[in-house]
Amino acid sequence: MTATMTRPVLRAGAPRWGRVLPVLLVVAAVVGYLVFRTDAAADSEDAAAFRFFTQVRDWVDANRDTSPVFLYGVNYVRLGVRLLVDAVRSGLSGLGFAGLVAAVTALAAVLAGWRTALVALGGFLAFGFLGLWTESVDTLVLTVSAVLLAVLIGVPIGVLAARVGWVGAALRPVLDVMQIMPTFAYLAPMTLLFLIGEPAAVIATLIYAVPATIRITELGIREVPVTTVEAATALGSTGRQLLTKVRLPLARPTIVLAVNQTIMMALSMVVITALINAPGLGQNIVQALERVNVGAAFDAGLAIVVMAVVLDRITAGAARRRAGRWGRGRWAAAAAALVAVVVVALLPIGEDLPRVSFAAPVNDLTGWIELHWYDATEWLKNAVSAGLLDPLETVLTTTPWWLFVLVVAAFGALVGGWRTAGIAGLAAAGIAGLGLWQHAMQTLATVLVTIVLTMAIGVLLGIWSARHDWFAAGLRPVLDAAQTMPSFVYLLPAVALFGASRFTAVVAGFVYAFPPVVRLVDRGLRDVPATVVEAATAAGSTSWQLLWKVQLPMARGGLLLAANQGIVMVLAMVVLGGLVGAGALGYDVVAGFSQREDFGKGLAAGFAIVLLGILLDRLTQGFHHAKGPR
Amino acid sequence: MTSTITVEHLWKVFGPKPERVVGTELAALPRAELRARTGCLAAVKDVSFAVEAGEVFVVMGLSGSGKSTLVRCLTRLIEPTSGEIGIDGEPVREMNPRRLRELRRHRVAMVFQHFGLLPHRSVLDNVAYGLEIQGVGRAERHRRAGEMLALVGLDGHEQQYPEQLSGGMQQRVGLARALAIDPAVLLFDEPFSALDPLIRRDMQAEVRRLHAEVGKTLLFITHDLAEALTLGDRIAVLRDGELVQVGTPEDLVGDPADDYVADFVRDVPRSDVLTLKWIMRDPAPGETVEDQPLPAATVIRDAIPRVLGAKLPIPVVDGDRRVGVVDADQLLPALIGHHRQVPV
Amino acid sequence: MRLRTAASAALILTLTACGGATSGAGETAPSAGAKGTVNLAVNPWVGYESNAAVVGYLLEKKLGYKVDKKELKEEVSWQGFETGEVDVILENWGHADLKKTYIEQKKVAVEVGKTGNKGLIGWYVPQWMADQYPDITDYKNLNKYASLFKTSESKGKGQLLDGDPSYVTNDVALVNTLKLDYTVVFSGSEAAIIKAAQQATAQKKPLLFYFYEPQWLFAKEKYARITLPPYTAGCDADPKKVACDYPIDELDKIASKKFADANSTAYQLIKNFQWTNDDQNLVSDYLTNQGMSADQAAEKWVNEHESTWKPWIPAGS
Repeated sequence: MTATMTRPVLRAGAPRWGRVLPVLLVVAAVVGYLVFRTDAAADSEDAAAFRFFTQVRDWVDANRDTSPVFLYGVNYVRLGVRLLVDAVRSGLSGLGFAGLVAAVTALAAVLAGWRTALVALGGFLAFGFLGLWTESVDTLVLTVSAVLLAVLIGVPIGVLAARVGWVGAALRPVLDVMQIMPTFAYLAPMTLLFLIGEPAAVIATLIYAVPATIRITELGIREVPVTTVEAATALGSTGRQLLTKVRLPLARPTIVLAVNQTIMMALSMVVITALINAPGLGQNIVQALERVNVGAAFDAGLAIVVMAVVLDRITAGAARRRAGRWGRGRWAAAAAALVAVVVVALLPIGEDLPRVSFAAPVNDLTGWIELHWYDATEWLKNAVSAGLLDPLETVLTTTPWWLFVLVVAAFGALVGGWRTAGIAGLAAAGIAGLGLWQHAMQTLATVLVTIVLTMAIGVLLGIWSARHDWFAAGLRPVLDAAQTMPSFVYLLPAVALFGASRFTAVVAGFVYAFPPVVRLVDRGLRDVPATVVEAATAAGSTSWQLLWKVQLPMARGGLLLAANQGIVMVLAMVVLGGLVGAGALGYDVVAGFSQREDFGKGLAAGFAIVLLGILLDRLTQGFHHAKGPR
Repeated sequence: MTSTITVEHLWKVFGPKPERVVGTELAALPRAELRARTGCLAAVKDVSFAVEAGEVFVVMGLSGSGKSTLVRCLTRLIEPTSGEIGIDGEPVREMNPRRLRELRRHRVAMVFQHFGLLPHRSVLDNVAYGLEIQGVGRAERHRRAGEMLALVGLDGHEQQYPEQLSGGMQQRVGLARALAIDPAVLLFDEPFSALDPLIRRDMQAEVRRLHAEVGKTLLFITHDLAEALTLGDRIAVLRDGELVQVGTPEDLVGDPADDYVADFVRDVPRSDVLTLKWIMRDPAPGETVEDQPLPAATVIRDAIPRVLGAKLPIPVVDGDRRVGVVDADQLLPALIGHHRQVPV
Repeated sequence: MRLRTAASAALILTLTACGGATSGAGETAPSAGAKGTVNLAVNPWVGYESNAAVVGYLLEKKLGYKVDKKELKEEVSWQGFETGEVDVILENWGHADLKKTYIEQKKVAVEVGKTGNKGLIGWYVPQWMADQYPDITDYKNLNKYASLFKTSESKGKGQLLDGDPSYVTNDVALVNTLKLDYTVVFSGSEAAIIKAAQQATAQKKPLLFYFYEPQWLFAKEKYARITLPPYTAGCDADPKKVACDYPIDELDKIASKKFADANSTAYQLIKNFQWTNDDQNLVSDYLTNQGMSADQAAEKWVNEHESTWKPWIPAGS
């Protein structure tokens, strides 16, 4: 695999070396492995890093109410966020059921038009019908609080990053790391600093979502046409006037898009923060997970998807519409909507709607599948475990850590240059230093198997979808729903079908990561210029030749991007698999915040996951920067 | 009387440590070689010229000749590397930011190739922008902006948004915006090259009309020779950042400074640009001529009917003084000989 | 709600005046006297849910409190005492270390007496295995049968199926110290263990698993407990080197200090709450197998067992 993957890296001029180097690397790695392989001794339960983190925890515990860092810093942050959450909650629940439904509908109508208003109305009523109103409002409260903070913090930073060169340059690696950090790894440090509860949940969500705010805002400001700025400068605008009268208004649609993305990310994180006592729909899902109740999770998952769709439509609609174009009519409509909301809010309508639940049929279906497909699912699980997971895991866990570091660095140098080699090598060495080598390698094995399966199936579906419009049309809603569903939810059907196993994590990871792969492949293929396809067809290519010799090579950029995105998502999901028997680093993290004596190990595992993420991201990104036609 | 704009030994070098280029032996290198040796690009090289009050001064050159850089250096939208710039005798390069802003707000306005309008503001608010940032009150600036829109023929479009207008109309907005601050100098950076040819001609007529009406000093950048000849009182030809020739349209067509300029003006119909002074000959001794003379500044094309209709050569006068005569023999080469040097 | 925000704002001012915010600043104070909200931690096993269902039902229906149940893991629940997000843990399994931290050192929690349930953790196999391999119930013979318990996750050894990673367990240490040829695999939840156990019984598949009493499943199906080296006081002092069986835990209740000090009728009810394993198993059975919601199950049990719960209701309420 290595040889074919690295081939296109070569620069013209050194074709021979380019071909030989990867082969040499593979041979050297294999020889090195055969000579130095170890017996995969289990990780110590008491590594220096664990002890260090435990000491940190003990110090924090002892000084939480005495150290000035906490008294004047961290605790105030927590208090401030608590006040914000309370204020948002009084605002939203103060409206009452009817009032909030009306308010969201009116907001959608004013910002995004009446179609979106209908979607919003239907969506928020659905929370009532599903019997999940309170939970949905709680989720909304946390999401709104986190998004408010993200915008408040992220937009100014984004502007600064776009305007001040060194700020942008300094932020880039930080944001990179924040974005590849699996959601799960945040939680333990969050509880350490901010304890459990809504404030910690909001802060964790903020950290997860704010990179999107910053990145997209920065992009929006950078994209403001130079000519417009120049014209305004030529008229004598001051720096501040340029910002407030030119740059920000022109970047507004992009900034609204940033808010849109921030909301989507926040929503998926808020659900996971149920693990640290955040209220809302996440609690239902955690509960369903604990009871292996696929149906209950389905209802809650549906509510989350509905909320995501409504929020997405409203903000996307707002981004499309131009502000400052509000004729008198729009203001009048907005005023009327406000009055209507107030009136409706005063009506005594409760959320006690007739219950609609999909839990029973979904559970019946799951039960039927469990009963009748047991042999097939069992066979599949055992085949993948024994045929792919176990051999790879054995190789990785018996590789001495220094050999792995060397191979990773060499591979990094080959695909992305010395920088990539340095970063990837350091990340690998860091994992070893944390004392979690075996677990990290087990996690890595699961991730690699999952990404290979995801790419294989994703590429097939992508090709199929690019070649058949009916298939693409049918697939689209599935992909949409799969992408808005919080990652968490996927564990459930997987665990119901495959029990507590690594394969469950593989399946969940696949379900989580395949939509973007399919999308990117489909788009990559469809983006191949029609003229090229026409020319190749005119030359007499068969449809397969067209695919293999023209379309796939030309869509390589999309494929590599898909691999890069996919691998980070897969890692996030495989780690979550620790909740359901996939073991390794994910389990260490879970154990870390559920067993006091394992805290240090859990935190170390969190860092190991981050390092693993950096390693995988750098290697695949090195790839795609090195040669992807972009 | 001082010139409105004076430019002396202006340099703009892009690249690492640009100041080392000016005043050293590097300065003499051709562009490509300079770039290879230092990584620097000399966009404007030692340019000097002066623009008189009320004049229409055109800077013409192909893309990459440095003309857009040059015009941006005048109000320091691009910071020059060295040299002097004076506006109404005041050295621009010595201005502090506040003073520079005053210059941009009140004395020099600019019209851009891609309009640079603010898409989120109505046409009226776009035109009023310059006044708004000066702190002019809402009613006053809207009144002035309305007047300017009327001046450029856009009354009735005040509440529309830029994207609702055609390219030509958008550039009228850009023009009105520049006029609204009542500047003494208007800078045009290829304002019409993004427009259709027909609309371009309308807009050129518009500029001529406005120049006649408001009497500003105009500095006009273009790559279009026809446009330069139509508009310019004087034309400066820029090549690879260097000034090749400055002169009236006639000077350029009649007396190109080098092959570059000659090649440039080769296709220009001489009879449209040149005056009789370029083709007249000395009268033969004792030659009889027509009674009615023609002024030396008459464009050849305008003289055709008379010259062809006359039986005798027509005397050419500069004021009262007779400077030469012209007959059909002189006329014909100017009419047909596009590709040859006109005999002087 | 609004009142609460105002109170918090006032709090922030006071704090600024006297300097610094404590970690629990801004959280709702537990209901003192007034009928406020009682925050019940709900740990992830059905026996606990039964306690919470009945206590929550009585608090709401008989005493007029509002009950907020929070799905939390054990350790996280204890943290909740510190932040004020949790008032009560209704079924605590030992946790000497947490008691030391939160009760003795931080002084944010107090013990509120036993629940009456006897907790017993252990390793089990389905009855058919005990019948077929009579000596399997002694841990010393487990290695002999390790190959029977091999699964895709057990890395070539036998599998010992554990539950939620947050549960009280010494299994990893036990497997190591007893030199057993087994790998501990965490299924992630009680429900997953139960499912595996039921499958093992129904389909006669080998399964070695971590389980505990009180547990409704023991009333339905028979499982055999593996004998481990006997428990002696202090043999589990170092959790990483344990080599003995689990003790019988007298499960108890823990409350946050503030909640206890307020001594509301809610606190008194929780203090009085005591029942048997059979009581709990009955409610768990309602919850798990009869498809009842927590309130339905509690209502049914309350209607049928008035003599049990009547004494819990504080006098004069």
